[in-house]
Amino acid sequence: MNGAQDLGGMMGFGAVVPEPVKPLFHADWEPRAFALTLAMGATGEWNIDMSRHARESMDPARYLASSYYQIWLSGLERLLAERDLVGPDEIAAGHSLRQSRPVKRVLAAADVAPVLARGGPSAREGDRPAGFAVGDRVRARNMHPTGHTRIPRYCRGRAGVIEAVHGIHVFPDTNAAGKGEQPAWLYGIVFDGPELWGEGTDPSLKVRIDLWEPYLEAL
Amino acid sequence: MTGGNGHHGHHHGEHDHGHGHGHDHGSHLSQIDARVRALESILIEKGYVDPAALDVLIETYETQVGPHNGARVVAKAWSDPEFHAWLMRDATGAIHSLGYIGRQGEHMVAVENTASEHNMVVCTLCSCYPWPVLGLPPVWYKSAPYRAKAVRDPRGVLADFGVELPGDTQIRVWDSTAEIRYLVLPRRPEGTVGWSEEELARLVTRDSMIGTGLALTPAELEAQAG
Repeated sequence: MNGAQDLGGMMGFGAVVPEPVKPLFHADWEPRAFALTLAMGATGEWNIDMSRHARESMDPARYLASSYYQIWLSGLERLLAERDLVGPDEIAAGHSLRQSRPVKRVLAAADVAPVLARGGPSAREGDRPAGFAVGDRVRARNMHPTGHTRIPRYCRGRAGVIEAVHGIHVFPDTNAAGKGEQPAWLYGIVFDGPELWGEGTDPSLKVRIDLWEPYLEAL
Repeated sequence: MTGGNGHHGHHHGEHDHGHGHGHDHGSHLSQIDARVRALESILIEKGYVDPAALDVLIETYETQVGPHNGARVVAKAWSDPEFHAWLMRDATGAIHSLGYIGRQGEHMVAVENTASEHNMVVCTLCSCYPWPVLGLPPVWYKSAPYRAKAVRDPRGVLADFGVELPGDTQIRVWDSTAEIRYLVLPRRPEGTVGWSEEELARLVTRDSMIGTGLALTPAELEAQAG
C-alpha cells in the first residue's frame, strides 16, 4: 500500500540526528512495548509480513508523528483487535473484560534464547527455475497494490540490473494477506542514481534493492 | 563504543526529534506509559505472555546483543584473510561461526568499503537491521529523516554525521526491502599494523557498520578514551 511507511526519496524531514549506542531505550515504556511485540509475535498468531502491514496501516499523519516504538505499539494493538485477542475497550479499561481464546503458543523465558537463535528464515526450497540471471536488465513494475508490498515507490517503473540471485523466499504480499507464503525468486537489483532521481543526481550514486520476481519485468 | 564523529553525549531524550511532535511531551509520555502497562497486564492476565520471558527479551538486547558483536566480526575480517574471504562469500556462515545467529540476521550479506566505493544500509519501508551483529537499531535509523534521505542523498546523510568523502567515491546504498540483512565492512584505519583483533574491534563503531560513519582512527580512539 502507498502508505506513510514508504519514505524513500521524501524531503523536508530535516537532518538525521546521530545518537550514541547507549541508552538503547529512551523511555520506560519502550522496552516493555518491544518485549510485548516480540513475545506476541512468538505466539504464531500472525507472521512478520502481517505485523509490518499492521504498522503501515496506521493513519499516515499519525505514522509520521510517531516514534518507531509507538508505531510498533499501534501495530500490536491492531493485530490483537483484528484477531479478537484484546479489544480496544480492554486496553482503555486497563484489564481483561472477557475470556478470550488461548493463543497457539506462549513464549516461555527458557525458550527465548533458542527462539531468537532460530529466527525466521524466509528462504524456501523449490524447483521452479529463476526467471532472471545476474546481468539481466529488468524494470521494476509500475504497480500499486492496496495491500502489503515491499516494492518501494521510488523504484517503480525504473530500470536496473540483476546483481544477485538470492534464492526463493516467502513472498510478503501474499503472506501478509493470509494467502500463504507463495515463495518466489528474490533478486538484488542495482539502480543508477540518475535513473531513480533524474537529472542533476549525483552520478556516483547507486542503489541496491531486493525485489521478488513478481515485482519485475524483463527489459 | 559510540556513534563516533564527535556527536556524543548531547542527544539523550531526543528520541522523537524530527517527528514534529508539538504536544506536551511529559503528559504524552505518561499516557503511552499507562497504555503499555495496561496492555502488558492484559496480555499476562489472558495468559498470552510470560512476564519472565519479557524480562529475558529486554535483557538480551540491553546486555548481550549489540554492535560489539559486529565489531568482532569486522576486526576478525581485517586480521584474518581466510575469514575475510568467508565473510564476503557466505556472511551468514562466517558470522554464525562467531556465535552470532538468528532473528533479523537469518540471511546476511557483508559489503566492503574500499578506496573507491562506500556502502550505506537503510530500510526505507520499516526498520530492518541486522540484530545479531548490531543489536537494536538507533532511533535515527528508524526515523523519517534517514529513511527518506539515504537513498536519494547519502552524501547529505554523511554530512549530518560529520563525514565527507571524496567526490569521486562511488556511493552504494542498500535498501533492505527483503529479509537479507547487510553489514558494512568499514575500511581498516591507517596506523593499525600489528594490532590485535581485540584492539581493532575498539575502532569499529556501530555507525561504521551501517555506513553512516567510518571506523575510528587510532588518534580518535585515544581522544575518546581520554
